[in-house]
Amino acid sequence: MSPEPRHQALLSVRGLGVFRPGPGGEVAALRDIDLDLQPQECLGIVGESGCGKTQLLHALMGLQSGNVRLAGSVRFRGEELLGASAQRLALVRGRRLALVFQDALSALNPYLRIATQMTEGARAQLGLSRRAAWQRAATLLESLQIDAPARRLRQYPHELSGGMRQRVLIAMALMCEPDVLLLDEPTTALDVTVQAQVLAVLRELRARSGVAMIFVTHDLGVLAAIADRVAVMYAGRIVEQAAAAHLYATPRHPYTAGLLHSMPRLDTPLDTRLSTIPGQPPRSGATSTGCAFAPRCPLAHERCTQLPVLRCADNQFPANGTVACHYDGPAQGLREIWP
Amino acid sequence: MARFLLRRLLSALPTLLVIATLAFALLHLTPGGPFDSDRTLVAQIQRAIEARYHLDEPVWRQYLRYLNDLAHGDLGPSFTYRDTSVNQIIAQGLPIDLAIGGCAIGFALLVGGAIGLGAASRPGSLRDRLPMTLAMIGISVPSFVIAPLLILIFAMRLHWLPSGDWVGGSWRHLLLPSLALALPYTAFIARIVRASALDVMGNAHIRTARAKGLGDTAVLLRHALRPTLMPLVSYLGPALASVLTGSIVIEQVFGLPGVGRFFIGGALNRDYTLVMGLTLLYGALIIVGNFVVDLCYAWLDPRVRLNR
Repeated sequence: MSPEPRHQALLSVRGLGVFRPGPGGEVAALRDIDLDLQPQECLGIVGESGCGKTQLLHALMGLQSGNVRLAGSVRFRGEELLGASAQRLALVRGRRLALVFQDALSALNPYLRIATQMTEGARAQLGLSRRAAWQRAATLLESLQIDAPARRLRQYPHELSGGMRQRVLIAMALMCEPDVLLLDEPTTALDVTVQAQVLAVLRELRARSGVAMIFVTHDLGVLAAIADRVAVMYAGRIVEQAAAAHLYATPRHPYTAGLLHSMPRLDTPLDTRLSTIPGQPPRSGATSTGCAFAPRCPLAHERCTQLPVLRCADNQFPANGTVACHYDGPAQGLREIWP
Repeated sequence: MARFLLRRLLSALPTLLVIATLAFALLHLTPGGPFDSDRTLVAQIQRAIEARYHLDEPVWRQYLRYLNDLAHGDLGPSFTYRDTSVNQIIAQGLPIDLAIGGCAIGFALLVGGAIGLGAASRPGSLRDRLPMTLAMIGISVPSFVIAPLLILIFAMRLHWLPSGDWVGGSWRHLLLPSLALALPYTAFIARIVRASALDVMGNAHIRTARAKGLGDTAVLLRHALRPTLMPLVSYLGPALASVLTGSIVIEQVFGLPGVGRFFIGGALNRDYTLVMGLTLLYGALIIVGNFVVDLCYAWLDPRVRLNR
């Protein structure tokens, strides 16, 4: 790895927007996304289904479908990726940024052996020989605790279990030793034991190789186990971003507080109903000029018809994170707003 | 694999038996016989003819006799074409049908496949809309309209190719019939391939391939081609059979001595053995077609197991 000034982010996203054509003009799936990923950092992104998490990851890699328009800037080590030529992108994909897809069964090609799918990227990108790529694939599978990797490599995706397929996808993304690993709900489809296994594998991977990660999920509990920093997304925007420990302890956005409040805890009495955030997230394409969360927010106020901008959550400690909410009262107050 | 082949072969036998039985029953239920005609023959001659073809025997005996001949690979003598066996008729006519049918399917696959892929590469463009509109017309217009049109253009006006006058063996005589036969299939295949390719390109595993940094060619050839072909394979089995039956019309228009015109003539003349023989032939071809489809499926898709 080339030496880098500490302040320069590995991946830097500014004003990223994803717009798709809709019946009544363009619809924003994602808007005004600002993110920085430092080397070796694990950034968690959390949000409800449909809030644009997957869109974000695809946009970072330039994998959006054909009729989608992107705006803003995505820089990897200072190099602009948005609007880069297909040749430039091909050099970055898999090698600099690698994506672990959601839904491992459909993300793998059912017609090709695991070996073919795992090795083709490394052979094209790094010019590895068939044998060397095969060897690397086997080693990676083994390091992800897959038994009999040689046999697995000769098998087809449908012959593996769900947990194995997910780990194959992770191993596949690691084939070219990428600088950034983008993980799209890598544990969502797995049962809890396999989920814990995969998380352990990822943590071990970070400790060993120092690969930076963006970990997308809707499960705050999973993020607590791995993320250094967490960004909370709602309706295509980032509404809060803070160091993980800080965010869990003192959420600054009512939505974050609601998400944390709705997590079941081991020490809640058994007969308590799980708490929820009432209402539905806005349908994609719904245009509101104000805060998208206002209709569900117990603190909604007249000022919420104005769009809140991301600001420092705590003016005395700017490093503590940013939040997009007009509420500027004490953070402790947010604990009590959810029933 | 060997067990699968054997099993399929054995399971084809009852199917053929049912076809033979149904054909036999239907023909014998149809009023009129092969030697009924406007002129009344002398009773003695009539009886002599019927005895020669065993028509004087009870029906069940005729049925068993027919099955016995079948088991020995003999489809029996034709009733209408004296001194000619059904086997001979098929041996003479089938090669022509196979030639036209093979050319037609080959043309349809190559041209239809290319048009479909081209259309799918730019959905909504002129390259997509124009061929797809033409394809819709190609599917809708029956071959007995297309064939005379082709004759009109290429034989009567341009004098490039003969319109008929089959005298045996010239490939130029087979071009127009093959083309006429191929057009509807070309159109259908173009539409199937287009739809399938568009569907496949939206698949998650194609995005995975692109995320690895593979070039467009590698994505297309290694990841998109095979799944695109799957619906085509299942269409091809029945298509192979219907190309051969469909050639009946084409043969008539171009005056080709294929099997098809014997089929029609045989049905009109109550030529029992000829009709039964050709029905069995078509049945066997459909069985073979479907069998080939199954093999292709297993060859293309690792999830398909042949042992079941």
